[in-house]
Amino acid sequence: MNKVKILTNGLIKENPSLRLVLGTCPTLAVTTLAVNGLGMGLAATFVLICSNVVISLLRKVIPDKVRLPAYITVIAAFVTVLQMLVKAYMPSLDAALGIYLPLIVVNCIILGRAEMFASKHNPFESALDGIGMGLGFTLTLLLMGSIREILGAGSIFGVRIIPEAVDSMTVFITPPGGFFVFGVLMALVIFIENKTNNRIERKIGCEGCPSASICGGSCEKVPAKKDAAKEGGEA
Amino acid sequence: MAIKLATIFFSMILVNNYVLVQFLGICPFLGVSKKLDSAFGMSCAVVFVMALATAVTWPIYTFVLVPNDLQYLQTIAYILIIAVLVQLVEIILKKFMPPLYNALGVYLPLITTNCAVLGVTISVIDEGYGFAESLVCAVGAGFGFMLAMVLFAGVRRRLEDAKPPKCFEGLPITLVAASMVSLSFMGFGGIIENIFGAV
Repeated sequence: MNKVKILTNGLIKENPSLRLVLGTCPTLAVTTLAVNGLGMGLAATFVLICSNVVISLLRKVIPDKVRLPAYITVIAAFVTVLQMLVKAYMPSLDAALGIYLPLIVVNCIILGRAEMFASKHNPFESALDGIGMGLGFTLTLLLMGSIREILGAGSIFGVRIIPEAVDSMTVFITPPGGFFVFGVLMALVIFIENKTNNRIERKIGCEGCPSASICGGSCEKVPAKKDAAKEGGEA
Repeated sequence: MAIKLATIFFSMILVNNYVLVQFLGICPFLGVSKKLDSAFGMSCAVVFVMALATAVTWPIYTFVLVPNDLQYLQTIAYILIIAVLVQLVEIILKKFMPPLYNALGVYLPLITTNCAVLGVTISVIDEGYGFAESLVCAVGAGFGFMLAMVLFAGVRRRLEDAKPPKCFEGLPITLVAASMVSLSFMGFGGIIENIFGAV
């Protein structure tokens, strides 16, 4: 595959949050302020690039049967490194992200890319994929964070842009605002997809879930899930 | 003590609801909440695994990691413990309690990489809870998850008959509906302090 294509793939075509619907939890949880969204995005990007490279280097060593536990261990190691770095150099970001920083371990984007991309490509391509996907994720988080901060607090990156006299809609920086902005943003993306005729199906079933190979597609065995395969959602 | 435990339990369910307020476990929330019975079954498995995971990880953190100055290994240790634990539970249930396995079995593997389970085990440490408080917190978080799942399964039933604009069909309208349910939970803010008069 073309190198530039790999890099730009994650930005729009396979945007992890809005098109693949991966990593929903952090997308909703930490985007109360633009700066938190940016911080979370860059943190996940760091882990994504490192884990992609290492997993790609190890792809011929790791036996197929234990590959997912092995991937999770590699990812957890880099998350630990990240936690220490953030704690040491960016204590304010550490406080803002709180529990969501260690939870990068279970972020489906990272395990998903390890399984779908890094295990099949060389380290250089995997690094590019990590950068592209990470940036796509960061941009979405930044966008969500900016929208919520402008509407909810009247400022962006802490700089006030809407006059104090105008009451800001605080609900947007609360949890319901997160669901709402994400829903509307996704509707907007689907609207554009419809206009340009490349609507993709957002999957919530096993096809869209990177952990499917761990659980052997057990969500498909859940009776009620048979007709649910149409929708997307993974966290 | 009893009041403190009750405070933790009810605030985990109503005020700090894991799904609707803290956004942990969104994937099963959106994925499995289509039908009431699967939403309920999944939630039972989550309550079970959360309590078990906390009961195992708390002693390991306090008696193994802390004395050896290995707190930084928390993330790696926890994710591996949870993964092993879920596998073990599955094997044990399958062998010794087939009826329970039939009811919960399909949901168990789904839970391994569920951020709510890892989230509760880490947050009880961050909060500095003791063992009993941690367990109550985990069970409360599980029941909060169940409440959100069951409520939302009802909402989704109504959603299926609704006709939203084309671009809202599917996931977007589900998210907007989740926003409304979450908004209703905001109404519980302050209720715990008023009832128990603590914290």
